[in-house]
Amino acid sequence: MSDMDMNRRNFLKTSVGAAAVAIAPGMMLYSVAQGKSEGASSKVRWGMLIDTNQCKPGCNDCVTACNNENGLSSETKSTDSQWIRKIEIKDISSGREISLPMMCQHCEHPPCVDVCPTNASMKRADGIVLVDKHLCIGCRYCMMACPYKARSFVHEPLHDQNPDVPRGKGTVESCTLCVHRIDVGGKPACSEACPNKAIVFGDLNDENSEIAQKVRSVASVQVRADLRLNPGVRYQGL
Amino acid sequence: MKLLVSLLLTLCVSLAWASEAASPKLDIGKGGQCVEDTQWMRKNHMHLLKHARDDALRRGIRDEKHSLKACIECHASTKDDSVTARADSFCVGCHKYEAVKLDCFECHSGTRKSAWLQQRNAK
Repeated sequence: MSDMDMNRRNFLKTSVGAAAVAIAPGMMLYSVAQGKSEGASSKVRWGMLIDTNQCKPGCNDCVTACNNENGLSSETKSTDSQWIRKIEIKDISSGREISLPMMCQHCEHPPCVDVCPTNASMKRADGIVLVDKHLCIGCRYCMMACPYKARSFVHEPLHDQNPDVPRGKGTVESCTLCVHRIDVGGKPACSEACPNKAIVFGDLNDENSEIAQKVRSVASVQVRADLRLNPGVRYQGL
Repeated sequence: MKLLVSLLLTLCVSLAWASEAASPKLDIGKGGQCVEDTQWMRKNHMHLLKHARDDALRRGIRDEKHSLKACIECHASTKDDSVTARADSFCVGCHKYEAVKLDCFECHSGTRKSAWLQQRNAK
């Protein structure tokens, strides 16, 4: 028996080696041409650090960029989808006013994923929380579970979607962290659009990335940290 | 013998003609070398798409070769850049003929990405 196992093991070893040799050159070419063919890695944790001191009240550029990128209507009727919104808050005792963008916080332990009955609400290996609209039945449990009110339901039929951002009636959707851009080495539209560079995007697990260095050196908080969801989006100056 | 051969020949020709006449005429767009054999694709494209969708969305493996966008890039009509716009468009033509509901394009764009981007930038 053990003899047979050895043979089997050796056979597998050699065949895997041969396959790797055969595939490797193709894979190399492919990854250069297409960005990432190996998929999302759990070694990466995508996140954002938002500096509220740099976020100007009244400025809506991140919201506009998001709407353009993802094909949202950019209207604010009660049934229109909203992936990112600007919030202005005021500390009554001190009178200090803060402006900040609020969107899906891409939690490490997302309650929207916990409650989903069809496994449509999901977290990718690299920490991006998404809705698999192929499986979404539109029950909206996730919308109720989300403490950040980050998700929207599509009520009306849609036309002329961005080929990179499929959206459709009867499903829940939210900020995807512009996953279609990230997968080709880009960064989210909001981060790119901010005139004051208030939104820093990057890999929280990469010690040398701008975001990781900044998180290490300046005070930042997670919104509703008491819920222990460990969001990937952090706020500075809150 | 001669009779038999001629009989077979007429049968073959008429059969070929019949199948040609019955199948829908499609606007195949640019067409050209597909990722798999044409007949195989007719039968199995949905399995490729389903596999690619789960890999792309849930695991982030964007296999461009078997992606819906890649299909559209080649097969969208050269006239209107779409696989769904007309009755003889690449996807609609066959699905109509086979009476199979086509759900993909309720969410996905049926337009060639390059053309869509051009349109958006022109706005």
